[in-house]
Amino acid sequence: MPKDPKIKKVLVLGSGPIVIGQAAEFDYAGTQACRALREEGVEVVLVNSNPATIMTDADIADHVYIEPLNVASVTQIIQRERPDSILPTLGGQTGLNLAMNLHEQGVLDEYGVRLLGTSPASIKKAEDRQEFKDAMEALGQPCVTSDVVESVEDAVAFAGRIGYPVIVRPAYTLGGTGGGIAYDEPSLREIADRGIHLSRVGQVLIERCIAGWKEIEFEVMRDRAGNVIQICSMENIDPVGVHTGDSIVVAPTQTLANKEYQMLRSAALDIISALEIEGGCNCQFALNPDSFEYAVIEVNPRVSRSSALASKATGYPIAKVAAKIALGYTLDEIPNAVTGKTTACFEPTLDYVVLKIPRLPFDKFTTASRTLGTQMKATGEVMAISNSFQGALMKAIRSLELNVKSLRLDGLEDLYTEEIEEKLADVDDQRLFVVAEALRRGFSPEKINAITKMDLWFLERFQDIIHMEAKLEHGVPDAETLQRAKEMGFSDAYIAALCGSTREAIKALREGMGIRPSFKMVDTCAAEFEAATPYYYSTYDRENEAQPTQDESRRKVLVLGSGPIRIGQGIEFDYCSVHSVWALKRLGCETIIINNNPETVSTDFDVADKLYFEPLTPEDVEAVVELEKPWGAVVQFGGQTAIKLAKALTDMGVPILGTSSDGVDAAEDRERFDAILRQCGIPRAEGRTVFTTEEAIRVANEVGYPVLVRPSYVLGGQGMEIAYNDRNITEFMRIINRTVQEHPILVDKYLMGREVEVDGVFDGEDILIPGIMEHVERAGVHSGDSISVYPSLHVEDKHKETILRYTRDLAKALGVIGLINIQFIIYSDQVYVIEVNPRSSRTIPYISKVTGVPIIDLATRVMLGAKLRDLGYGVDLYPEQKYYAVKMPIFSFEKLTDVDTGLGPEMKSTGEVLGLDESFPQALLKAFKGANLRAPKKGGRVIITVRDEDKGEILGIARGLADQDIEIIATAGTCAALTEAGIPAKHVNRVSEAHPNILDMIASGSVDLVINTPTKGRKHDTDGFKIRRSAVEHSVACVTAIDTARAILTVRAQSRSADLRPIDITRLKED
Amino acid sequence: MRASLILENGAVFLGQSIGEVGERVCELVFNTSMTGYQEILTDPSYAGQGVVMSYPLIGNYGVNHEDNESSRPWAEALIVRRLSPLGSNFRCEGTLDEYLKEYHIVGVQGVDTRALTRILRSQGTMNGMITCGSDFSIQDALERIKAYRVSGTVERVTRPAAEVFPPEGEGRFRVALMDFGVKQNMITCLTRRGCEVTVYPAHTTAEEILSGGFDGVMLSNGPGDPADNVEIIAQLKKLYDSDLPIFAVCLGHQLLALATGAKTHKMPFGHRGGNHPVKDLAAGRCFITSQNHGYVVTPETVDPAVAEISHVNVNDGTVEGLRYKRPNCFTVQFHPEAAPGPMDTEYLFDRFIDSMGGARHA
Repeated sequence: MPKDPKIKKVLVLGSGPIVIGQAAEFDYAGTQACRALREEGVEVVLVNSNPATIMTDADIADHVYIEPLNVASVTQIIQRERPDSILPTLGGQTGLNLAMNLHEQGVLDEYGVRLLGTSPASIKKAEDRQEFKDAMEALGQPCVTSDVVESVEDAVAFAGRIGYPVIVRPAYTLGGTGGGIAYDEPSLREIADRGIHLSRVGQVLIERCIAGWKEIEFEVMRDRAGNVIQICSMENIDPVGVHTGDSIVVAPTQTLANKEYQMLRSAALDIISALEIEGGCNCQFALNPDSFEYAVIEVNPRVSRSSALASKATGYPIAKVAAKIALGYTLDEIPNAVTGKTTACFEPTLDYVVLKIPRLPFDKFTTASRTLGTQMKATGEVMAISNSFQGALMKAIRSLELNVKSLRLDGLEDLYTEEIEEKLADVDDQRLFVVAEALRRGFSPEKINAITKMDLWFLERFQDIIHMEAKLEHGVPDAETLQRAKEMGFSDAYIAALCGSTREAIKALREGMGIRPSFKMVDTCAAEFEAATPYYYSTYDRENEAQPTQDESRRKVLVLGSGPIRIGQGIEFDYCSVHSVWALKRLGCETIIINNNPETVSTDFDVADKLYFEPLTPEDVEAVVELEKPWGAVVQFGGQTAIKLAKALTDMGVPILGTSSDGVDAAEDRERFDAILRQCGIPRAEGRTVFTTEEAIRVANEVGYPVLVRPSYVLGGQGMEIAYNDRNITEFMRIINRTVQEHPILVDKYLMGREVEVDGVFDGEDILIPGIMEHVERAGVHSGDSISVYPSLHVEDKHKETILRYTRDLAKALGVIGLINIQFIIYSDQVYVIEVNPRSSRTIPYISKVTGVPIIDLATRVMLGAKLRDLGYGVDLYPEQKYYAVKMPIFSFEKLTDVDTGLGPEMKSTGEVLGLDESFPQALLKAFKGANLRAPKKGGRVIITVRDEDKGEILGIARGLADQDIEIIATAGTCAALTEAGIPAKHVNRVSEAHPNILDMIASGSVDLVINTPTKGRKHDTDGFKIRRSAVEHSVACVTAIDTARAILTVRAQSRSADLRPIDITRLKED
Repeated sequence: MRASLILENGAVFLGQSIGEVGERVCELVFNTSMTGYQEILTDPSYAGQGVVMSYPLIGNYGVNHEDNESSRPWAEALIVRRLSPLGSNFRCEGTLDEYLKEYHIVGVQGVDTRALTRILRSQGTMNGMITCGSDFSIQDALERIKAYRVSGTVERVTRPAAEVFPPEGEGRFRVALMDFGVKQNMITCLTRRGCEVTVYPAHTTAEEILSGGFDGVMLSNGPGDPADNVEIIAQLKKLYDSDLPIFAVCLGHQLLALATGAKTHKMPFGHRGGNHPVKDLAAGRCFITSQNHGYVVTPETVDPAVAEISHVNVNDGTVEGLRYKRPNCFTVQFHPEAAPGPMDTEYLFDRFIDSMGGARHA
């Protein structure tokens, strides 16, 4: 069945901001799908509120709307664009839910929009707990004993019948939001209450707990002719009980014999057939390790995180094929882009092992509960490929960028053996390392299996690594041992550390023995067919398949990716890397990418000319460099991950294109940077570098509190805090020094002024600044967590001139060629520099889109020698556009228990949305809608409780809210201040006072907004912390900065929903 | 202990010995299945061949007595990247290494199996020798390797005497199954559908079958060059000329094609694995199949008056099935009985059952 000719214009829904449970994988899927649709001559209308994505580029879709993903907004877009069809299965749970809402509310019918691919009835069957259960029963597919309930009492009654523990799963939430395992009635009451609240339909599933069973996933596809195939099988090393997004996953399955494997594969195919899904689908199973008994856990009738992993693990482009199926093609009509000869109707077969490890945010959220359960907590993941399990594991560990080189975690060796045994029972992100430590202490795999239920096969492989460590500790290894160690993925650095040598000596030793990495191709077919995919991984095997091109006329450029997504280093950097690759290709260069993140566009095999799926460490990069001998390397775009490798690349003799590693160092090295500022006559807050707590306290007292304390060479303000006294300093220094610091710590005077930020491109003579962005929150809130506005609202022309001059002078003084990002503070009518980053920043994608200046393309051209004056976008400050763009941070606090939601200098947001409109209040309103943050309605209720310093400023905001007929509730201190100022406020008891107190009121659901500004320090027993957490857990909006509260008042008083109009950013100049 | 693998083209791979310590010359073929090594080893179709597993981790779940596809492993040798020292599975009864030793199968691990697969893919299936000795002469070895030919294998793997397998539940049909190297699961697929199955040695005469009062005949899979089996082909012609429903798989499919005038030829490197897409031309549907064959029916030699091509391989267009003009006779190249591999085409056994139902009521 060929393409349906009636499909001419398709609306594609993105997944919105990056949150835990819904990350870059949907940008990858959406981008691939849009390209696949346009390849077929279909006009594509794209909607996504997330400006950091590649899919929202003007060259990915024909019409791009960076607009809120809600029914009202998308309805307007449908009215305007009149697409004939909508593709709902590529935008994650968000896209799917939105499409279902559009369908249920009759919007699709009204405008004659056809839902492509899977039908609404099928989606409902897979998504609705009860319908799904009924469908599985009709199919004879076993489900876990469970019941759908809509009240806590029903949950308790059902659990009483089937016995504890039980798992609670809310319907229609992503990443299992709000779910959990309840071991007794009190915990069930709490989890069920939360889950019912978070579910779109107020339902939760209570099910028999099968924790400890094997968790197996199958990615399957089906077309409308009924052809069904399996793409990839995956086995979670963490047994059932840990969300698959937080599990270490291996592909293909390792411990299933053919019988079990085929049983589950057939079940997955039967399910996708029965649900009549057209496209991709993910089926999760629990398999009893002691029998053939299994249960269907979950089915996702759409492209998912697992399908991104499966795509990268096999080379099979799931999203692309799903898009073509949606157009009407059958699998056997779609060519296999990997082999060029076969079709999409086959099952990939692997001749390697793929391992995924989640990237959890506990390095940033040091106080968060590390326990893993059915609620996903990971922000990203890494993937590694090898032809041994151990090799894939060791590579993946290195890729995490957590200062861990192997199966060894600092601190665990200091624990008593009894403590290790106790810790084995803890299901958290450290369990892998605890298991390794237990093996090192002589625990048998059987004993560990009894506690952790991890399969013996995996434990034996960990044991292999431990045995190899012990062997290497005897001294410099012989050739055979060294060969084995390299096959197991040991880095030279780790081997050196074990045997008391140096990385360089081990490298020289093994090269003398002829032990060198060889690269193998990911070809979907285990070499059965000749393939043309330029997608490689390293092994220590005999044959190297990656043949470097010998074309002297093409300059070969290495682009380093940004590794796993984490807080502070998000999808923006993948946007930059990919755009740089595209720019280089346009310039006739051959491009090579090294990256290890399976969720991204950059690791799609047809982005760069060659893709090496490898850890981003000096040794792993060097292996590629020695083979490919690139003409130059680009490190500006891959965030801190890539920048950190600049020096290593320089040492390898690879020229860094653009700003040199010395320039990077000058910006990061406090002494050198201060000298440059002095030389340029640019003021900055007074401060110094320190190494010890004593020094930090001395400097703080010299410059005067409050001070900013932070490690150098970090991204996202990691470990950054505002200290108000010596006690704060002592506390922060202890946290910072928990990981060994190679670089000094900075202590600066904290200036509380207006913060502005610029991105610029410098070519050695001229600077181009596409726009000046102003932060709504004053300095002190991390720039990534601030609401950012373009064009600036309050920056006077004289300051703009100063900012331009400083940016140009600094770029020149640092030797920048390419990108520079600077954050300034305007304080007492003077412009200060806070921070300079001679690299890409997280604001680049959005500022590129709203100004129409292709910053990465320009920066890449400049790095290769072009001059800005020849590139058509002028120099200095680019003219301001007539639209206001508001970038709003998005947090994932509801997924992370025990994390303080109060904003500060350390970044906490996971993603962002954009509001674009003709006025600032309207743009702000759109951003609010994109963030699903509602300003309180007239007659609504706001709780205000602020620290003493803010009691003056809050008055104006409170008065404004009161004028809008909003009821104000406040605790004693704030209430007194308000009443005294003549603002009507009702008193509510503090947390420590009698019930009903403030927490009861938040829990009651009668409050629309909480304004709470945090007191200092990281203490968790404060009232403020409890109030903020309570708001998050009861889905009540909570703002923690005075300026954010003011923005809410702006929206309440000055914006009108009825006046919002969608804007096609591909037609910004005309619209 | 070290072991070497010497290829007909002179390439030598060094590795470590697994299974029996010894020397073996065989035809080297690669299989891309990621599970099912025990079923593969015990599939009689591999008689005379050394199997290269392209998936690098083999032996992970050990071996058990339930997953044998015949009485013993028939492959001559096993070549793997990494053999798991232990098996982990609730049915595991021993390690793969112990199993290989028990049945005197030689093997080698530590070989770059992807490099080896690429050689076999680009240069075609070739012979090879595994040796654990260290002082061998490549020249002598190559002479022996080149001289090797898989032959007489059907005689080797077939049963010495007929054997009856009772149906599961109520018996509905009686089926004669010609054992050219039959896999256990083919028998099970029939008994599970209510057939009493009499498995006959390969050289049983057509007359004996025809006089047995059967409802249908099934021709099994098996090893070697189909054209070598001249006498069997002659007997099959007689069965074809009867009105007994016939269903044939793999070697059986090739033999029946030869019996009815078509030809077969050797493929460069064959199809061995569990991921081959096959299109059922009448239904317009594709199915993922389990495959294991080095020979194939030559499409131009199929007389349209005798049979039509019912299935083709989606990857390379080769013949995967024939529907004969004579009633109730169809054959496929792939393995609907799976084991190992996908079970997506097991419905063909139902079709065979239907064809027998038709015959009985005719």
